[in-house]
Amino acid sequence: MRAAALARHIPAPLQLGLLAAALVLAIALPYLTSSFYVSVATQILFFGLLAMSIDLLGGYTGLMPLGHAGVLGISAYTMGYLVSRLRWGWVEAAGVALALTVLVSLLFGFLAVRTRGIFFVMITMAEGMLVWGLAYRWASVTGAENGIRGIARPAFATLYWQYYYFALVVFLLCALALWLLVRSPFGLTLRGIRESESRMRTLGYNVTLHKLLAFTISGFFAGVAGLLYAWYNQYISPSSVHISASTEGLLMVVLGGAGTLLGPVLGAAVIVAVKNLLSMYVARWPTVLGLIFIVVVLFAKDGLVGLGRRGWAAWQQRQQRPVSAAAPGAYPMAVDEERAATGS
Amino acid sequence: MGRWRTWAAVAGILALVAACAPPGAPGSGAGQQAAGPIKAGVLASLTGVSAASGQDMVNGWNLYWKLNGATVAGRQLQTLVEDDASEPNTGLTKARQFVEQQQVDFIVGPLLANIGYAVADYVKTTGTPTFFPIVAADDLTQRARVDNVIKVAGWGSSQVTHVQGDWAYDQGYRRVLTICADYAFGHEVCGGFVRAFTARGGQILTQLWFPLNTPDFGSYLAQIPGANPDAVFVLTVGADSVRFVKQWAEFGLKDRVPLLATETMLDQSVLRSMGPEAEGLISLGHWAEGRPARETQDMVDAYLREYNQLPSYYAAAMFAAAGWIAKAIERLNGNISDRKAFLDAVRRTEVSGPFGQQKLDDYGAPILNVYVRQVERRPDGRLWNVPIKTYENVSQFWTFGADKFLKQPLYSREFQGTPEQLRALGLQP
Repeated sequence: MRAAALARHIPAPLQLGLLAAALVLAIALPYLTSSFYVSVATQILFFGLLAMSIDLLGGYTGLMPLGHAGVLGISAYTMGYLVSRLRWGWVEAAGVALALTVLVSLLFGFLAVRTRGIFFVMITMAEGMLVWGLAYRWASVTGAENGIRGIARPAFATLYWQYYYFALVVFLLCALALWLLVRSPFGLTLRGIRESESRMRTLGYNVTLHKLLAFTISGFFAGVAGLLYAWYNQYISPSSVHISASTEGLLMVVLGGAGTLLGPVLGAAVIVAVKNLLSMYVARWPTVLGLIFIVVVLFAKDGLVGLGRRGWAAWQQRQQRPVSAAAPGAYPMAVDEERAATGS
Repeated sequence: MGRWRTWAAVAGILALVAACAPPGAPGSGAGQQAAGPIKAGVLASLTGVSAASGQDMVNGWNLYWKLNGATVAGRQLQTLVEDDASEPNTGLTKARQFVEQQQVDFIVGPLLANIGYAVADYVKTTGTPTFFPIVAADDLTQRARVDNVIKVAGWGSSQVTHVQGDWAYDQGYRRVLTICADYAFGHEVCGGFVRAFTARGGQILTQLWFPLNTPDFGSYLAQIPGANPDAVFVLTVGADSVRFVKQWAEFGLKDRVPLLATETMLDQSVLRSMGPEAEGLISLGHWAEGRPARETQDMVDAYLREYNQLPSYYAAAMFAAAGWIAKAIERLNGNISDRKAFLDAVRRTEVSGPFGQQKLDDYGAPILNVYVRQVERRPDGRLWNVPIKTYENVSQFWTFGADKFLKQPLYSREFQGTPEQLRALGLQP
């Protein structure tokens, strides 16, 4: 009874087909719609990347960070300062910004990964607020509340559609890297830590080191998102690194489905769309966003991706029902296969 | 795996197409017909930290068109309102939406300085006429000005307090302590006062900075008696103002130490929530709802009828900006498709509105009246600011001269414009 096991998972060819369709749509987008919607799509790309970096920690490792907008801010501010004030080229500026972000992430991670649960949340929140405080108070570098203006994009990506393709390529490369990462032995170890830290430790894994590495890698991708963010707006100010921005990133993960790579991007798409598109028609768009969250938390704790999976499973079940009724002996086998498939 | 290869091939071809054949230019600035409606994009903070003042902005704007009819020079004026959620990223997206999607003829707003800076940088690339009646950030019309961004019926952060420094010296105060909100607007407002006050020979004893949303000012107020200043200069915004004025009275300072209050501290937006503790306080501002002139009182009465409250400067500035822009459009007989001509017309327009006589300087900042205002109780029990003295035609550069003034850096926590700081930079005090 292969079908029963498959019911839980959308088959690989179909998944690939859907992904390819999404890719084609993403590439064709600037031809299909106006510059404004392309700009909104660009936002989905970098917010999606930020959400994926949060999910690497939150969904895969079981450590929900509440300061990732701060990590994003380190790279955005560094690059912005180098490009706009010191007139550096974009490659050098981006390189230095990412290196600094990785260093600071390592330091932040060093402080944070000794803890878990609510303590981890509190420490990462404090780290995020630290960056915000610097952005807000270190006026000679960050421009304080006035922010850093005139952050020039790379010369080949100045127009909206050029920048969109640039962001798309960067996004796809990062998504591919993250996909390979979470499927690697390292990624499986992270999931093991999420399920049971003590068991992993007993098995001989250096849990703290794994968590520290996860934190740093996550910081790197948040840093890349920060570069895309700063170039997109050509402006960065303290509100972009405020805790509310961190919370929003976390909400994207929860909304889309933690522990998946597609989920955070879907979550980012929904939130960006509600904020920028729905708000054209509904003045009380924050209420709509709140209602969406309540519905998701109440009825789909595993987010939109979980909802999609369960929807698919239910649909498959309905298709298969006559078959399983005809072969009652198949039931125990199906359970075994299902176990094998989910790895439990 | 055949299907996968097909998909990959299709994707590859599409990627090639994307690389070779760029799509057309953005829809910005396309086809505004001279006959259709004029589209105004109003950007305001309707959610988030500044929501209340943002609503005032929209009220003021709408009131003008309600009283005068939403038609200018025979063309209908259509207002599109968007919420920037008190946040630059969203504000920028909304500005893009106005320009690229809805193809507005001009943008009015926003409220917050950081959104103003972000929007200014964006419209610099599109050339969209953009008017800032609320955002006061000095550099928008000084060192970082953008040609198509004009502070129509607006003001500058330090513009009013330059006058206040001078006025305080005239009152005989020589030693002043300052307490200001620790963010860019606070630095600029406070810097204006310090610059002008010390230029006359006044002395700044101490400068205290408090973070926004300070629940208790006790630790700052407690330092006042020891310093024994002639007067205390204070800048607060929003809910901080209500708390500060209350605690100022509770500490018994109201009757003992002269308070040099600032515009946002006693603006209607917060004065509405104050009681007897605010009565009699004197502040300087570019808006005075108690100004007896007819053009002010007509607006105040209409606003009171419509919204059952007195207009804050947020409301009044949007009302005045609407009148200003309408006058410019009329001068062009409704033909504003030539943006340069439209911006020039706005620049050349002089108005006598609720704020009194105003015109724009060469930098896109208004030359305006500054009022010394005292909080009084109206017969209907409401508090309002009544002018007791008027400084006319105040420039954003005060009496320092544009060239000399622009040599000094923007006011910040580090640079407040004292003679020592100016000399250290090699500038004449």
